[in-house]
Amino acid sequence: MLKRAFKTWFLWELLIGLSVTGRYLFKKKITVEYPEEKTWLSPRFRGLHALRRYESGEERCIACKLCEVVCPALAITIESEERDDGSRRTTRYDIDMTKCIYCGFCQEACPVDAIVETQEFEYATETRGELYYTKDMLLAHGDRYESQIAANLAADARYS
Amino acid sequence: MAIQAGIWALEILAIAVPIALSVAYITYFERRVIGWIQVRKGCNRVGPAGLLQPLADGLKLFLKETIIPARANKLLFVGAPILALTPALIAFAVVPFGETSLFGLWDEPHVMAIAHLNVGLLYILAISSLSVYGFLMAGWASNSKYAIMGSIRTTCQMISYEIAMGFGLVTVMMLAGSLDLADIVHAQQGGLLHWYMIPLFPILLVFFISGCAEAGRTPFDLTETEELVAGYHVEYSGMWFATFSLAEYGTMILISLMTSILFLGGWYAPIPALDIIPGTFWLLGKAAFLIFVFIWFRATFPRYRYDQMMRLGWKIFLPWTLGWIFVVGVFIYTPGLDGIINFWLAWR
Repeated sequence: MLKRAFKTWFLWELLIGLSVTGRYLFKKKITVEYPEEKTWLSPRFRGLHALRRYESGEERCIACKLCEVVCPALAITIESEERDDGSRRTTRYDIDMTKCIYCGFCQEACPVDAIVETQEFEYATETRGELYYTKDMLLAHGDRYESQIAANLAADARYS
Repeated sequence: MAIQAGIWALEILAIAVPIALSVAYITYFERRVIGWIQVRKGCNRVGPAGLLQPLADGLKLFLKETIIPARANKLLFVGAPILALTPALIAFAVVPFGETSLFGLWDEPHVMAIAHLNVGLLYILAISSLSVYGFLMAGWASNSKYAIMGSIRTTCQMISYEIAMGFGLVTVMMLAGSLDLADIVHAQQGGLLHWYMIPLFPILLVFFISGCAEAGRTPFDLTETEELVAGYHVEYSGMWFATFSLAEYGTMILISLMTSILFLGGWYAPIPALDIIPGTFWLLGKAAFLIFVFIWFRATFPRYRYDQMMRLGWKIFLPWTLGWIFVVGVFIYTPGLDGIINFWLAWR
């Protein structure tokens, strides 16, 4: 009774609250100052897509269109034809990044690991048109990040 | 006459400009401190350590469009923020920032205030209640249901807490025997144990917490709640909106200064030996600490529900201050008990 009155009149609970926030005032801050500092990205991170090639330079994609079918946002458009050597290849492989929801289904569906999502996520543009990625752009992106993509796939291989 | 007017103008500038600057930098300080408490870094991008942030914010607010609702009463709509800000600023006219003899130029120390009123406390009470009209007018002039409800809420809150605050001040007057702010500070001369904080500790709490309500600060910031659609200032934008925040922060500085003057020994150091350091430093230091406490409150406490706030104001603070007036009165006037007061007076 007396204890309770003491706690009420000396605002005891409020002082406890203040002491908690007072301690947090001096804690180490967790802020990541983004453009200069970046957080760690998982090998499974799903960012901008890339089309990969074999070491011979031949593109991996065999135009099976599984990714086009599985894509829930209908972001992928593929057209294909028979090449002179008899293999089936794409003539058009477009991904509309304004539609893409980065679910990673295309990467999962692909039987030859041709289409992958990379850790690249800083590709904001000023116009929508720049977000319609063509086959050339995706291949170029794949060429540029091949080592990173291969490393990430290898890191994740035992889980998939 | 012209010289006197010039001196007055200088005095007003010497107080108004630092107030405007400190309001700007209190917003910065607030953002940093709340950030730190939330384990963030707070604003640190604009200028070194983010120090230019308030200037950028001010510039943004100045350049923003002022939207006056089509059905609003334009004169009242524009006048309301001014009426809210003015009392917060002119109350500083009687605040004594210290004493100086100008390095021995004057024989006796003069009080550093624009106007050294012998009823300074009364003046502060009277002026600070005026800003309520600004808030009421803002809601009325907006011609919006949400704004008028918000302004009624704000007005109700301010009037309720002013009463507890006023009665709290009565105890200070009873102990000091004066309404002159400088006399009240003089009565607390001689170190920490002589401050009114000691005999009037509950009143200090009541005064400061009522001050939170008065300035519309957390946990009493029902004036600007999101879940109740803001408040009296829903229809305001740009600089006129900022004027209301200016009034809020101005009141916050005023409450901090008043608490320091009335309860924390004003411009006297906690230990008499430390009085070599100019008194203004001590007063501003105490006020700065209290402003930090305001911010600390904001980072700690959740908002009161409206009925809880009214209950606190009317059913707890008001009886408590009235009771304390009675206690102080009994101690001063009872022949037997006044010995205790006299003993305290003699012992300090």
